[in-house]
Amino acid sequence: MERSSMRDFLVGLFMLAGIGGIVYLSVSIGGFSWHGSEGLHVSAAFDETGSLTVRAPVVIGGVRVGEVSAISLGNDFRATVEMNLDPGLKLPTDTSAQIVTAGVLGDRYIELQPGAEEKVLKSGDRISMTQSAVILERLIGQLVYGVTKGDSKDNKPATSEPAKMP
Amino acid sequence: MANPISELGYKALKFVQALGNLAAFTAAVAWAIVRPPSRFGGFVRELYKLGVLSLVIICVSGLAVGMVLGLQGYHTLVRFGAQQSVGELVGLSLIRELGPVLTALLVAGRAGSATAAEIGTMVATEQLNGLRMLSIDPISLVVKPKALAMLCSTPLLTGLFVLCGIYGGYVVDVGLMKGDPGSYMSGLRSAVDFHNDIECCLLKAVIFGTLLGLIATFRGYNSEPTSEGVSAATTSSVVISSVSVLLMDYVITALWGV
Amino acid sequence: MVPSVNESEQGRQGLQANAAAQAPQQAGQQAVALDRVSMSYGQRRVFNSLSCSFPQGRISLILGGSGSGKSTILRLIGGLAQAQSGRVLVGSEDVTHLSQGGLNVLRRKLGMLFQGGALLDSYSVFENVALPLREQRRKNPAEIGTEVRATLNAVGVSDADDLLPGELSGGMLRRVALARAIIGKPVILLCDEPFSGLDPLTIRRMEALLVQINRELRMTMIIVSHDIQSTFRMADHIVLLLGGKVIEGTAEQMRHSQQPEVAEFFSEGTEIATARGAI
Repeated sequence: MERSSMRDFLVGLFMLAGIGGIVYLSVSIGGFSWHGSEGLHVSAAFDETGSLTVRAPVVIGGVRVGEVSAISLGNDFRATVEMNLDPGLKLPTDTSAQIVTAGVLGDRYIELQPGAEEKVLKSGDRISMTQSAVILERLIGQLVYGVTKGDSKDNKPATSEPAKMP
Repeated sequence: MANPISELGYKALKFVQALGNLAAFTAAVAWAIVRPPSRFGGFVRELYKLGVLSLVIICVSGLAVGMVLGLQGYHTLVRFGAQQSVGELVGLSLIRELGPVLTALLVAGRAGSATAAEIGTMVATEQLNGLRMLSIDPISLVVKPKALAMLCSTPLLTGLFVLCGIYGGYVVDVGLMKGDPGSYMSGLRSAVDFHNDIECCLLKAVIFGTLLGLIATFRGYNSEPTSEGVSAATTSSVVISSVSVLLMDYVITALWGV
Repeated sequence: MVPSVNESEQGRQGLQANAAAQAPQQAGQQAVALDRVSMSYGQRRVFNSLSCSFPQGRISLILGGSGSGKSTILRLIGGLAQAQSGRVLVGSEDVTHLSQGGLNVLRRKLGMLFQGGALLDSYSVFENVALPLREQRRKNPAEIGTEVRATLNAVGVSDADDLLPGELSGGMLRRVALARAIIGKPVILLCDEPFSGLDPLTIRRMEALLVQINRELRMTMIIVSHDIQSTFRMADHIVLLLGGKVIEGTAEQMRHSQQPEVAEFFSEGTEIATARGAI
């Protein structure tokens, strides 16, 4: 029953470690934030987002500058992607946004390519130049379609060989 | 023969009766919690015995589980060229399920059984009766600090378990398999959402902690005052706690997804 | 300091050795009385329609064979057991069916010394004895400290403040438990086999201590014991439970009782002589 101060100290450490661990998990890994969003908010519309998810990274030249905060369907049936970027970022208004894939089958993320304008984007602005995600299945479909069409239209390369045979 | 059937009926009745006992006990503990005295000294002492002394087993187990997840995950994902997702796999598995559940099972085994045994021994040696004769409510002096300590330490231990597990996965992925450290952490960060995952994890941990605190103290308090009774109380405390945690995990996961 | 005990003129009443129901004694003369109490633990019937009484301010001893219900009487008085029928009276108050609140009030007047001491084994000697004071009264730590040390000295325990119950000898353990029981200044002290497991010298010391407390504080004492020598040395009043019957009386009456069972109980017995002779 003696109040050992060593024991109390260890209990205090334990609580600090536990609470600290939970806070770290929540904020750093879970993305919980008090101040809601102090960053630079911009949005962009895409025809196709592929498997882009909320909290996917937004990258400029390979460096992470923010994350996707929301994805919704716009009035024009295009996907509106909202992004939360670092507050101090000065992006020209003709910056373009592209949805890229990490590797061939990896996660999607957004790559921004800054333009040359002098004016910079403010919170609430829209990025007008966008390039949608590449959907692998469509690409393969186009390739197959293209090859079969090429076969029927252009006979010359196909028949030159057999003519040589005796 | 009517014997197996009447046995079954008898057991069913005893089960319902036991549930009723547990409900009454829970009400008594809840009442004792809101009333003074605060028993803060006892609470701190129990936090030390149940929380601090569990740190080693929790952190070591967390590390081990994280490492296994990392290893198994890597070997499976690499077949699809998706080995950069090991971070997500380890993190999500730990945060959503393995963290709260395994921590609760470990705490039930260590702290829960110790609590049940301690209270059971106090019943057997008439210490609780001694308190009653001094007009001291044993639930206030003995049960309240222990139950509250288990309730509070379970979420804290869960958080540490998960962190150790994430670190274990990192050690395997980056250290052993020479994976990319950046993609481990960023995959993890983008996959884990506070509201979906961390909140669920903490909620589970709090609910499990409450269950563990109540079941361990209840089984000890109601044990037979013999050494066999104490042993039965200890083992049944672990068994009932474990099963309740697993069942409750399903319930919470199902409801959370709704 | 002295509890408010009404030391009325209660001489050695020669009660009839009679198991029939007796009218409860008047308040102020009897500290505790059982009136036609029947008690069973599950299937096992302990006693049936038992009546007995314990005089105020005196030392009463409860004797009887094993399983005759001696400890049960103490538990009934303290509210740790419930009688199936009959009444238990403390003073003039019927305490047979009390609510938790009523029990708390009753227990402030009682002190109980359990067979194994029942001290909290994770608390030190000092903390164990201080516990009732901390819980009930509003005394500051300094006053508590003084009173605890005084009580421990009174029971003959010193320099043991920081020891745990597990580190104490049997005799010291009992004395610390006694200190805890009396520190709240109870009116009635209940002792469950306080001499069991002690050596003869320690037994005599315990006896002397209990008698001293009784004389100085006028505390009613009800003691369950197996030790016949102690009984005759200490008792003002003896309650003997034999075969479901109650025989009450003073030590002198019991010693010279004409009833065969009583005489046999207190006699030296022929069993061992027979056993020796048989070989």
